[in-house]
Amino acid sequence: MVVNFFRVLDKTVLQILKPFIIMKKTINTPRPSEESQTLAMVNRRFFLRSAGIAATTGAFILGACKDDDMMADPTVDLGSGDIGILNYAYALEQLEAAFYTQAIATPYAGMSAAERAILTDIRDHEIIHRDFFKAALGASAIPGLEVNFSAINFNDRASVLATAKVFEDTGVSAYNGAGRLIKDAGYLLLAGKIVSVEARHAAIIRDLINPNSIDFAGDDVTSSNGLDLSSTPDMVLTAVAPFIKTMVSGSNLPKKS
Amino acid sequence: MNIFKIIDEITKFDGDAVERLEHATRRSFMTKFSRNLTAAAVPAVFATVVSKAYAQSPQAVDVLNYALTLEYLEDEFYKMGNTASGLIPAKYQRVFQQIGKHEDQHVKLLRGALGSAAVAKPTFDFSANGAFPNPFGNFDTFVFLSHAFEDTGVRAYKGQAGALINDPAILEVALQIHSNEARHAAKSRAILSEIRNNPVIKPWITLNEGSPAAVYAGDDNTVQGGVDIKGIAGKSDRAITEAFDEPLTKNQVLAIGGLFIR
Repeated sequence: MVVNFFRVLDKTVLQILKPFIIMKKTINTPRPSEESQTLAMVNRRFFLRSAGIAATTGAFILGACKDDDMMADPTVDLGSGDIGILNYAYALEQLEAAFYTQAIATPYAGMSAAERAILTDIRDHEIIHRDFFKAALGASAIPGLEVNFSAINFNDRASVLATAKVFEDTGVSAYNGAGRLIKDAGYLLLAGKIVSVEARHAAIIRDLINPNSIDFAGDDVTSSNGLDLSSTPDMVLTAVAPFIKTMVSGSNLPKKS
Repeated sequence: MNIFKIIDEITKFDGDAVERLEHATRRSFMTKFSRNLTAAAVPAVFATVVSKAYAQSPQAVDVLNYALTLEYLEDEFYKMGNTASGLIPAKYQRVFQQIGKHEDQHVKLLRGALGSAAVAKPTFDFSANGAFPNPFGNFDTFVFLSHAFEDTGVRAYKGQAGALINDPAILEVALQIHSNEARHAAKSRAILSEIRNNPVIKPWITLNEGSPAAVYAGDDNTVQGGVDIKGIAGKSDRAITEAFDEPLTKNQVLAIGGLFIR
């Protein structure tokens, strides 16, 4: 497999290849310093103003790399503090947006009009979430991540819906676990505004798989106290790792106190 | 987009990887997440956290009592609906039993945690003084009220997240109830859409569309994080407002809930 082949190339060869590999440069953009992150937090209201402009370019980043990106992936560090949590959310939204974009671009056999309407709506919501985070994070945003959907059979309804279920449930549990790590009340509210939409997605995807059963809020995702799942970033990043080709590190994210 | 090309190539080069990864991923998910589901210990821990908060953070206790009041309402509503003979068609019975089970669990969790600080259960009038003459004899009315209560619940919990920011353990539990209510809301809305044959009602809230109007007030907001994101990603206002659920203030919620309290 070509990708693996390039991963084992030694550093000398990489140096020679470097000028020819465009994505390498993009991904290696140095992380913003702590100082600039703090500044960004202080200027939250202002740095968000670039939303409209950044959103235009945002959509293209995820798909920008192809054959060029065949070398060892440098690890993307999500960062620390609230910015780190926002980048964590941005990473998950990138994954979801890319997934539904393909699910609609190459619909599975027998996709009904009603299913297409639901999946198209969800695609749009995830794209909006992704572009919103990208715009909000501005210079602190992680780069576009490269996804790996080789485990998904986009021609097959069961495969697509099972993956959607996993992504939505994971998103819900990720936001639920991240809420307590957020320091800024405005960011916490934003996370709250998004998580319930992800939960709506999760419920309806589950209901497509098993209509009018208990699965929309199934016992597999609800504790005996009626609590939905909550997961730490470590758990979530490990779980989604197979779907993200770019190495992502959450080691500097805030920890449960 | 070029990612499609990458996927094509990966599949081409290593077809077996698909199956292997799928298996590995599922296993990883099951073990990671099932660990979190052993929740038997939660009430005791939660109760300790809440009783500690009673001394240190009376605000958190207020939020929990406010939540408990909403849960009392939902719990009684589904208990009555689920036992009303002939109300719920067989097709939907499992759904409403599952929702009712969760509301009962939420009441028990919150009451248990609050202990003697828990508010008493109000006396409810689900006809809202005659506005809904037959809530447990008419399935349409029942589902209509169900979706309104669930959406109100979601918006109510969301409105209190900030008040719990200094009580992380309580915040986490509140968020876990919040998303559980959102799952209920989505399914209840889907049923309402189905029985009314009205595809405009979606599992998510579009603009401020919906009834009662007070439940959806302000959900057409497009300002997020201090900036109007109208037009983001070239998407419509309908899609943008669906992508963000908005909070309700305590006063807004009490005005809605008050209609159903005698």
